[in-house]
Amino acid sequence: MNRKGPRLGEPASLWRMRVVPVATVMVASALPLTLPLIANSPVLPPLGLLFFLCWQLLRTEMWPVWVGLPLGLWDDLFSGAPIGTAVGLWTLASIAIAYSSQRIYWRGFFHDWAIAALLVAIIQALAALIAHPHAAHGHVLGLVVPQIIISALLVPLFLRLTGKFDNFRLKRR
Amino acid sequence: MARPAHHRPGQSRKAQYSLFAAYVIAVTGAVAGLLLAILSVVDPVGFAQLRVASQEITAPVARVTRSVTGSISGIDDSVGAYVSAGSQNRRLRKELTETRRKLVATSSLQEENRQLKALLKLQETDKSALANGYLLTSTSTSSKRLALLSLGRNLGVMAGQPVRGADGLIGRVLSSGPSVSQVLLLTDVDNIVPVRRASDGLPALANGRGNGDLDIRTLNIANNPFKPGDILVTSGTGGLYPPNIPVAIVVRRQDDGALARPLADPGKVDAVSVLRPYTPDNIEAQAIPAPTAPPAGTP
Repeated sequence: MNRKGPRLGEPASLWRMRVVPVATVMVASALPLTLPLIANSPVLPPLGLLFFLCWQLLRTEMWPVWVGLPLGLWDDLFSGAPIGTAVGLWTLASIAIAYSSQRIYWRGFFHDWAIAALLVAIIQALAALIAHPHAAHGHVLGLVVPQIIISALLVPLFLRLTGKFDNFRLKRR
Repeated sequence: MARPAHHRPGQSRKAQYSLFAAYVIAVTGAVAGLLLAILSVVDPVGFAQLRVASQEITAPVARVTRSVTGSISGIDDSVGAYVSAGSQNRRLRKELTETRRKLVATSSLQEENRQLKALLKLQETDKSALANGYLLTSTSTSSKRLALLSLGRNLGVMAGQPVRGADGLIGRVLSSGPSVSQVLLLTDVDNIVPVRRASDGLPALANGRGNGDLDIRTLNIANNPFKPGDILVTSGTGGLYPPNIPVAIVVRRQDDGALARPLADPGKVDAVSVLRPYTPDNIEAQAIPAPTAPPAGTP
């Protein structure tokens, strides 16, 4: 019997199942700081946050509800926001998704889109307010509005991408 | 469609406790995180080291991507130059004749200036930059405008040093790591620069708007003296930015001041210099070496 080759019907490796979602969020968080782009305003959507939300909407029970603590800390190191902002806000978003998945029993595509867009809007607005407590609130919120609109429009794309990564994650050997 | 979640742990005590514990960890962690965020707003220096250390990781990638796209955009520019060669040639010739005329006028002024300075025995202070580097990348997903500079403590870059490009002021160093450092750009909402109008020395404050523009406010609120086209330079007040660095040009008047655009666009600037902060000991240190130089002609 050949012990080295893959066996028929064998599930995906546990290692890959655990690492792929975390790695996509971490790479997406760090990606904006590897691009040669000197931005004059928040022009890129929060890539790490979008992947974080999409993974949880796609696989609600894959992560424990506190997973936003380490992933948020990683995002804070690269996003430029005060350290701790994403730690708090991302974890609250996880709790909100867990709650919504209990209330809305069969979530559809448009539910997912609406939840992700709403959470991105709330998180980016609160993060901007925390970062600039002394500036005029209306002006600070105006800064992130274009980014929130772009992010809301990109949610379906990120849900698709997350689905592709999920297929890779669960691919049988 | 997402599968319904099975959040009810059933009769198992262990499952019930672990779910409860996960929520307790999440809520306490979230509250602690938000408190930490407020702390790091109040005291940004303490946490800046942590951030700059993590950016040492992405800096090598940013260096590579910058060098690659830099050459690509160079190709783009040279293609564009071929396409518009005719009109460009005419325009440049016109500019050249104008510039020649101005140069003649300026050179006589320069000579006069030199003689006046010699008369007053003014010392030429050392204006050389501490180090020269380039901006690698910047935050682009949050409302903070922080850029990554390709120099760190290895070249003597320290927090609080001003950074300028050829066209004007870029910002100041917020924190420095071993080989990279963070620059708070001029356009950040929290960056306030004391400026004066170049034409008459009218003092004002430039405050970033976070979207690439600057708010200019006069210290005297009785009237609004700005008009489009006014050039603003640093005044040296406050002791961080050296005086007479170009900062911005006024675009239009506003109710309580003016809207200005920075003269140096950090997105387009190629090389930047890190300057010494304009503090009393630095000013003296620059002034002292000049008189101690031996006069020419001593044996």
